[in-house]
Amino acid sequence: MEFEAVIGMEVHVELNSKSKVFCPCSTNFHAPANTNVCPVCLGMPGSLPVMNKDMVDKSVAVGLALNCTISRWSKMDRKNYFYPDLAKNYQISQYDLPLCYSGYMDVESDGHVRRVGITRAHMEEDTARNTHTIGNGESGVDFNRSGVPLLEIVTEPDIRSAQEAFDYLTQLKQILQYLNVSDCNMEEGSLRAEANISVRPKGSTPFGTKTEVKNVASFSGTMKAIDFEIKRQIQVIRDGGTIVQETRGWDADRGITFSQRMKESAHDYRYFPEPDLVPIVVDEAWELRIHEQQPELPNPRKHRFEADYGIPAYDAMVLTLTKSMADFFEATVAAGADAKKAANWIMGDLQALCSEAKRELGEEVLSPAHLAEMIRMIDAGEISGKIAKEVLAEMFASGKAPKTIVEEKGLVQISDSDALRESICQVLADNTPQVEQYKAGKERVIGFLVGQVMKATQGKANPQMVNELLKEELSKLS
Amino acid sequence: MTAWYEKTAHEIRDALRQGETTAVEITQNFLDRIDAVDKQVGAYLQIWNESALEQAVQIDARLANGEDVGPLAGVPMSLKDLFCTLRGNTTCASRMLANFESPYNATAVQRLEDAGAIFLGKVNLDEFAMGSSTENSAFQKTRNPWNLNCVPGGSSGGSAASVAADCCTFSLSSDTGGSIRQPASLCGCVGLKPTYGRVSRKGQVAFASSLDQIGPMCKDVEDAALVLNVICGKDPLDATTADLPVPNFSKALTGDVKGLRIGLPKEYFTESLNPEMRALIEQAIDVLKGQGAEFMEVSLPHTDYAVAVYYIICTAEASANLARFDGVRYGFRHPDAKNIQELYVKSKSEGFGPEVQRRIMLGTYVLSSGYYDAYYLKAQKVRSLIKQDFDRAFEQCDVILTPTSPTQAFQFGAKTDPLEMYLSDIYTISTNLAALPGISLPCGLTKDKLPAGLQLIGKPFDEAAILRTAHCYEQNRGFDMGKAPIA
Repeated sequence: MEFEAVIGMEVHVELNSKSKVFCPCSTNFHAPANTNVCPVCLGMPGSLPVMNKDMVDKSVAVGLALNCTISRWSKMDRKNYFYPDLAKNYQISQYDLPLCYSGYMDVESDGHVRRVGITRAHMEEDTARNTHTIGNGESGVDFNRSGVPLLEIVTEPDIRSAQEAFDYLTQLKQILQYLNVSDCNMEEGSLRAEANISVRPKGSTPFGTKTEVKNVASFSGTMKAIDFEIKRQIQVIRDGGTIVQETRGWDADRGITFSQRMKESAHDYRYFPEPDLVPIVVDEAWELRIHEQQPELPNPRKHRFEADYGIPAYDAMVLTLTKSMADFFEATVAAGADAKKAANWIMGDLQALCSEAKRELGEEVLSPAHLAEMIRMIDAGEISGKIAKEVLAEMFASGKAPKTIVEEKGLVQISDSDALRESICQVLADNTPQVEQYKAGKERVIGFLVGQVMKATQGKANPQMVNELLKEELSKLS
Repeated sequence: MTAWYEKTAHEIRDALRQGETTAVEITQNFLDRIDAVDKQVGAYLQIWNESALEQAVQIDARLANGEDVGPLAGVPMSLKDLFCTLRGNTTCASRMLANFESPYNATAVQRLEDAGAIFLGKVNLDEFAMGSSTENSAFQKTRNPWNLNCVPGGSSGGSAASVAADCCTFSLSSDTGGSIRQPASLCGCVGLKPTYGRVSRKGQVAFASSLDQIGPMCKDVEDAALVLNVICGKDPLDATTADLPVPNFSKALTGDVKGLRIGLPKEYFTESLNPEMRALIEQAIDVLKGQGAEFMEVSLPHTDYAVAVYYIICTAEASANLARFDGVRYGFRHPDAKNIQELYVKSKSEGFGPEVQRRIMLGTYVLSSGYYDAYYLKAQKVRSLIKQDFDRAFEQCDVILTPTSPTQAFQFGAKTDPLEMYLSDIYTISTNLAALPGISLPCGLTKDKLPAGLQLIGKPFDEAAILRTAHCYEQNRGFDMGKAPIA
């Protein structure tokens, strides 16, 4: 029997608002423990939450990007449970009326498009962080993270493979970054993904029993965990067993999921409407304001790049991976550069420089006008492509204009045929064996001779001219 | 020497402005009075002698400089120990918070301090404001100054007793189902519960967030208006405060009720109303009729459900509001807990008294899966119906008049059945459910020489109408309530 996987994703995203969702404390939870706290996020007696509008703005932006309906009227609810990382012993969340609902995302995966339904995206507050490493058998709680804005995005069980789940996560992260609503750092927990996985005989409609895989630290880990879990479930069923509904963790070292069943009974969160907050009313004007501020999203932008700039689909895909790179590309083209050449430089050398320096491409790092100028200088034969690599590195390091760098370092290309001819004759005189080989018909040797000329001119020679002049001089010798 | 402690806030304000006395003399006078009588009454949990006198010295200095010292400058008052204060402890009359110090002042407390009020200390209450007799305080008994064998009512029993015993000019209180008005009635004070959203709840330790409202307990109606002026208005730190213009409530006290339509809900004037109370209320109605008010019968058909609805909603909210008292960050932490589960169970079991535990359990139950629809959701629906009853009644009338409490002050231990105690608030609870303003004011003494109170209920945010009506009655009732027999 052939099986089919049914997967739904739950993603928690920490929004990058400056202040917490219900109080004015900074959201920087890397500060020394319990320094970004106040009576509200500590759950002190008498404290009251006040909704941060920026969180609503950013949540609406995400909802619109995921083609959701935005609730005209929604509310916050209390989710009751006891845990030391929960200051009030209830979490302010949204229960039956989420801010965003009924959306979808068209996920491009392995050459096909899977439409993944977005059930809902709702607002809530993050919890504090417990630490059990302080010794003396004591545990500590750091409330810096308590009350950080959190958006939970839940999909329909529309995903059919680990690869699709990975692609969903990657494209979701890309959208969130385009919207500039989160830094999406999985290692720091600002993006947390959980997968609900079940399998069923291919072609059948009812869902199988699902398991939930939690606490995976990366997208690729999530993909591996889902893959493992699908295979495990199929094996259990083939062996005549039944799937137990449970939460499973991911052991990255051993590459397996494992049961995290705790002694807890079924949770009853006793949700009820949060009486300390007023309903959230997002009217048409508010929604329109956010809509008008939306940046062009990665998918449409990718298609526009192909159409407008005539660049290959692969280039368009790479260039639109991040908004900053796509913006940089367009600015470089706007400054006069040829699109394909700009794409090559950005995707190649520039990306390498950025990843080496662990910096994100942007105008702070390099002026797009400078890159356009550098490309023009290559086209005009003022510098060689090889020198350009050196110039680019210097542009990246110092922010100086390419012309300035070329002048300061004396990198101007030697296109003076008399000067070049002098170096060539010297090289030919110094390398008689190779000259002889050439004469004997081994024409590949010319590459070596060009290299020697370039070396003699410290790379400043115009390679095209060197090639031509070398052939001229060699023909004189034969 | 003048017995300043017998005076009202407005009298003290005027005397200070006219230079008849000093804030220090007045404050000392009150501290002496507390020293003399509070041992019998037991209203105060904390007396802030030193800081009260320091505040008074500063007021005097500012008065001498000709500064604007604020509308309550030099007026000594008490705070229900449910409000967060930077001074002293904030105990909520609970073992759980016996040593708790708040890192901030409640908005209403801060506004009083900014207006120049002098804090004499904090007064007793039913633990976390849960009760109708102040017998649920974890710390002490507070006695009714009119009869020391009787309760002062609750939950603001300490506030009412401190005002009635002249141990302050007024007290800052809170009312969730009648906690200002019922003790005001039992102790012969004026108690005002403003419209929900009129006064910021920031810094009031929450009992039931959708019902709680802060208000003053005073010696006369003019003081109630004066204090409301100071504490009311939008607070950016409480999302449920109304962003509405605030009238000058003192100016509403015109004495004129001619043509005012006053509704008498037939569901409140039934056989179950004590005849003696009924007679006193009817005398009050006659006084207002004499001043030109028009009376009519109105109907609030869902009145019978109010107590049940109230005890579902308030306990549900309380079960979440009190969850934070877990021994982890502050408050009582049981010393013998071996793990987190034990820490919760032991700290709560020993930190909370029986009534608080009862309400937490009730609230947890009504919110539980499988019971939510039958209890909490249904209660919210009936709450809407109760509110609609008032909306309809207010199409016919401007103000509603009812008794405040079904009985006069009762003796300690008289009501041991919780349900019987819950019925102490049958006339006041609907006002909270419908988020309306209500005021209780004395309307005479029973044959046992105990105060009786009448209640006026207004339209949303129309505190002006009930204050004007109450003031008119107070000025024309034709008798003096006298003082509680305590010295």
